Amino acid sequence: MERAVTLQRPEGPDKVTGRALFASDLKVEGAWFGGTVRSDVARGELLGFDFDPRFDFSRVTIAEPDDIPGRNLVAMIVDDQPLLCARDIEHWGEPLLLVAAPDAELLRSALASIKPRIEASEPQLDMEASERVFKQLEIIKGDVDAAFASADGSSTRVIEGEYRTDTQEQMYIEPQGFIAFPPDSQGTTLVHGSMQCPYYVQKSLARVFGIDPGRARVIQAATGGGFGGKEDYPSVLACHAALLARKSGHPVRMIYDRHEDLAVTPKRHPSRVRHRTLVGRDGTLLAMDIDVLLDGGAYTTLSPVVLSRACIHAAGAYRCDNVRIRGRVVATNHVPYGAFRGFGAPQVCFAVERQMDRIAVSFGMNPALLRQRNMLRVGDSTATSQVLRQSVGSEEVMREILGRTSFDVYPWRAPKTGRIRRGVGFSFFFHGAGFTGSGEQMLQARVAVELDREGRAIVQSASTEFGQGTLTMFRAIAARALGASPEDVLIGDCDTSAVPNSGPTVASRTCMIVGSCLAKACGELAARVGPGTAPFRERARAFVARDGDPRVEITYASPPDLHWDDATYRGDAYPAYGWAADVAEVEVSLDSFEVRVTRMVTAVDVGKAIQPQMVEGQIEGGSLQAIGFAHLEVVTSQDGRFLQDRMATCIIPTSLDTPEFEVALIEVPFEHGPYGAKGVGELPMDGGAPAVASAIEDALGIHVDHLPATPERLMELWLAQHPEEVFF
Amino acid sequence: MNPTVIGPRTLEEALRALQDVTPDSRLLAGGTDLMVEIESGRTRPDAVIDLWRVKELRYLRDEQGGLRIGALSTCRDLLDSALARERADLLVLAADQVGAEQIKNRATLGGNLGTASPASDLGPVLFALDARVRLVSLRGARELSIDEFWTGYRATARASDELIESVFVPARTPGERRGFRKVGTRAAQSISKLVVAIVLRIDHGTLRGVRAGAGSIADKSLRLATLERELEGQRPDAATVERATRASALADARAIDDVRSSAAYRRRTLQRVMHTLIHELIEGAR
Amino acid sequence: MARAASRGGVLLSGEIDLSCNVNGVARKLRVPPLRRLLDVLRIDLGLTGSKEGCGEGECGACTVLVDGVALNSCIVPACQVEGSEITTIESKGLEDIQQAFLDHGGAQCGICTPGMIVMTRAWLEACERNRATPDLESARKALAGNLCRCTGYAKILASALAAVKR
Repeated sequence: MERAVTLQRPEGPDKVTGRALFASDLKVEGAWFGGTVRSDVARGELLGFDFDPRFDFSRVTIAEPDDIPGRNLVAMIVDDQPLLCARDIEHWGEPLLLVAAPDAELLRSALASIKPRIEASEPQLDMEASERVFKQLEIIKGDVDAAFASADGSSTRVIEGEYRTDTQEQMYIEPQGFIAFPPDSQGTTLVHGSMQCPYYVQKSLARVFGIDPGRARVIQAATGGGFGGKEDYPSVLACHAALLARKSGHPVRMIYDRHEDLAVTPKRHPSRVRHRTLVGRDGTLLAMDIDVLLDGGAYTTLSPVVLSRACIHAAGAYRCDNVRIRGRVVATNHVPYGAFRGFGAPQVCFAVERQMDRIAVSFGMNPALLRQRNMLRVGDSTATSQVLRQSVGSEEVMREILGRTSFDVYPWRAPKTGRIRRGVGFSFFFHGAGFTGSGEQMLQARVAVELDREGRAIVQSASTEFGQGTLTMFRAIAARALGASPEDVLIGDCDTSAVPNSGPTVASRTCMIVGSCLAKACGELAARVGPGTAPFRERARAFVARDGDPRVEITYASPPDLHWDDATYRGDAYPAYGWAADVAEVEVSLDSFEVRVTRMVTAVDVGKAIQPQMVEGQIEGGSLQAIGFAHLEVVTSQDGRFLQDRMATCIIPTSLDTPEFEVALIEVPFEHGPYGAKGVGELPMDGGAPAVASAIEDALGIHVDHLPATPERLMELWLAQHPEEVFF
Repeated sequence: MNPTVIGPRTLEEALRALQDVTPDSRLLAGGTDLMVEIESGRTRPDAVIDLWRVKELRYLRDEQGGLRIGALSTCRDLLDSALARERADLLVLAADQVGAEQIKNRATLGGNLGTASPASDLGPVLFALDARVRLVSLRGARELSIDEFWTGYRATARASDELIESVFVPARTPGERRGFRKVGTRAAQSISKLVVAIVLRIDHGTLRGVRAGAGSIADKSLRLATLERELEGQRPDAATVERATRASALADARAIDDVRSSAAYRRRTLQRVMHTLIHELIEGAR
Repeated sequence: MARAASRGGVLLSGEIDLSCNVNGVARKLRVPPLRRLLDVLRIDLGLTGSKEGCGEGECGACTVLVDGVALNSCIVPACQVEGSEITTIESKGLEDIQQAFLDHGGAQCGICTPGMIVMTRAWLEACERNRATPDLESARKALAGNLCRCTGYAKILASALAAVKR
């Protein structure tokens, strides 16, 4: 495999020198400080507020629901979440009032001088008991009931399992933040901040202010990580800041501190997944009956789409003729859950991969060989009956991972000795790139490329850089498609007044979808400029000088042969899938049940690695988040309030919690992706946790079915199997 | 709103400052704890006495074959001191695990003791080493055993006009074996779920000089008195270790459920960790 | 009474005169004594390269050197850096480390990067001072107080090791 030339990040020099301006770094003359009065119960009725008479409220600006000129709504999928709660409180920390003050100290005093009066009521915090359903869906393939009914018990087995995952926090290192400006003389409201999806923010502002979207201008500041956590919540924060700016007449900074960010921003949905699998004598999957339940929290936010991705991935990367997947996401009085890398897939991937291990145990099969027998190959159909026609890297991935680890001959779950138990685990998985189903057709993403007078090409898109390497990847694609040198490709500022809507930067769609539009736009521009022996820049400069049209804008067109039926959840769920396998090695202490992941080998088919160094960075980073999800990251709540609301308690892995990574990039090209590329962002988040759980099972001989596999949980499982060690 | 800050340069000045302030005042050393408390609003002291410039409190020196450690010595100072590595090896091990490099550069022994957090990493070691704490005031000086000093949840015997001047670690007994384990929430920069420190030697086939401390299993760092009693003078065999560790985990631990772990886990892990550690020490002592 | 003699040494209330040297430039300013060094740098001096990720000494994004010692500037009060030499990401002399991070993919979103680079500098200096080998395990330990959520640390450690060679 020829390795692409590694480009330097366009924004890299600013990042390594500290010159990059994140939201809290923006210097705005005369900016006030904004803050939020929140509910301190998970459910109740807001009766009013007590304003401490000792505080002079004339010095601050207070915004309440009546100050909202448009609709009191956060524009997402369903109009159920108010921007400011007017009466019915649905979760702890719900925003009730906004306050702006000329300085931070005064803001602090003002917030401390306002106490909401709330009549609390009993919250629903148990997703199993909740009867309020945000969305439910069913995926049917073949006839599961008939398959189970006709099963001959002598040659088949029914394996059942129940799997759970808890909340996970994104923990981008930069907390959320925005600066908003009062409407200018043309009535345009400007917000500048940390986000993944500028056009989502624009849509929210337009509805909250009752204005044309063009009157809402959104600029992305340097953004310190997102991982999905800055997909929907920035719409809330930007509107809050803009409301205060409008009412106070001053620019308003709303930069959350870590505590507030942890307490109120959305996290990964907790899940409970049940599997009932009919397996043939040789280990072939004959029928899969799967039930997925997600806790959506207090409002709909993105939950229906998370459920959709969860259900589509619930049967794993395996071939099975009879599949039934029932899913529902329900309302509780938890802080609303939202997007986090993987978007429902890590939860169901954990479940199906653990179920595969359970089947392997039952049949005495090697877990890798069981997967190899059942994995989807070209020509097979998925749970949604999508026939996989191309770019199916399953064979290549399996060959690579087995070549590197020999897991197919590893005596998994063989008895171990010693106080430190070592184990090795396996996972195999796929992840759909781009929006689910007809999402891309509906979105109609647009990208432009334009030549300046110097003959440099400027890429214009709303696709954001927040660590993944979007800009570098765009530069590489554009340079190649134009035949230009990378230095002659510039990336336009992410400002909704200047760039077309290429869609949100989510769903592993930026490279495959937006990148393919960009390649097309650049190809068209290069054709306009015309061939020649001179460097592209010189030809382009001459082209612009002779008044050639210097701008090409392309609207995304889905591959023609994709068909999806949203009513039946059948068809081509995604244009392409990334394929991967992980092998994790762990050490578990029998004294403390602390887990150390020592090595992680991962083989990943990304179609084409446009910038291998960045793709590796994505895979290593995603894998470590998955390792954290597996055994380290604990988020619990009490009365609807997250208990881990500081970085000291809400922990993520440090460099010492990190294994040696070995990443094998595999390229099975996708014809509709740029140079064959598919998505990579989310894929590495899916398989790490089940691989670690599988390794823990190997080390200890106990079945791990609940994440995170904390030392406390592992000890319980161990003692259940070793009652002779229970002294107290 | 902002507390008054007094910045003494000498011990004498610091002791005078202590007389000038109300009981609702706080002592500031490296700030790793107090700065967070103040910034979050959890603590609103009337006054803060900043001891950082009282250089005479930052020293490590030989004393009667043992080690005297000035209260303002940082974890980094302990790690960098050959004398500390030789005479207070357990304390150095614990100091290395207090936090990240940035924290070790600032966190002080005196601060750790003064805060008296139940999750202190250094506290259990001081019990196992039979350390003594020297308190000074304008009234004079006194030296307390660590047992006398550490009275309860974030509570010590320090009077409001007193300052922790230093900690004394007695000379090592020949043949003594020392062990330390921290169980944290992760591999680095972690708050402890359990800390255990044990010292023992084998003398003519019996266990002698058994001293042990533990943290995060009660409202304070404490001495594992039951463990010491059950092992002292006994033969170092498996049955003894089994009996002693179980008795200690039952009698010595007063663990609670909190945001980091559960009481049951702590009690059981205490026993398991002690068990392994003692066996390692016995092996090493043979 | 900004500064009054007290029996217990200098009494500092209201604001203090703070003199320090930041990145080779002598600075004098008036600040409350417990003002966080991070705020002095970011707000009072406009040096926004040091970042705030947690505000409690957990994440290392605000790491700076004070008299050569790495610390979290979010939990260091102004009164403790009087007369000190402070080195931040805006300092000269970090170019080799910065280039190593660019070349080896050590910066992704960039928010932890300034702290990571300053800490790498502290690590290199410590290795030199103690004549220790600046190897992978040593880097892993030295950077354990600088949290990164993007990279999985592999490329950061590779960058730090590459900086050794420069």
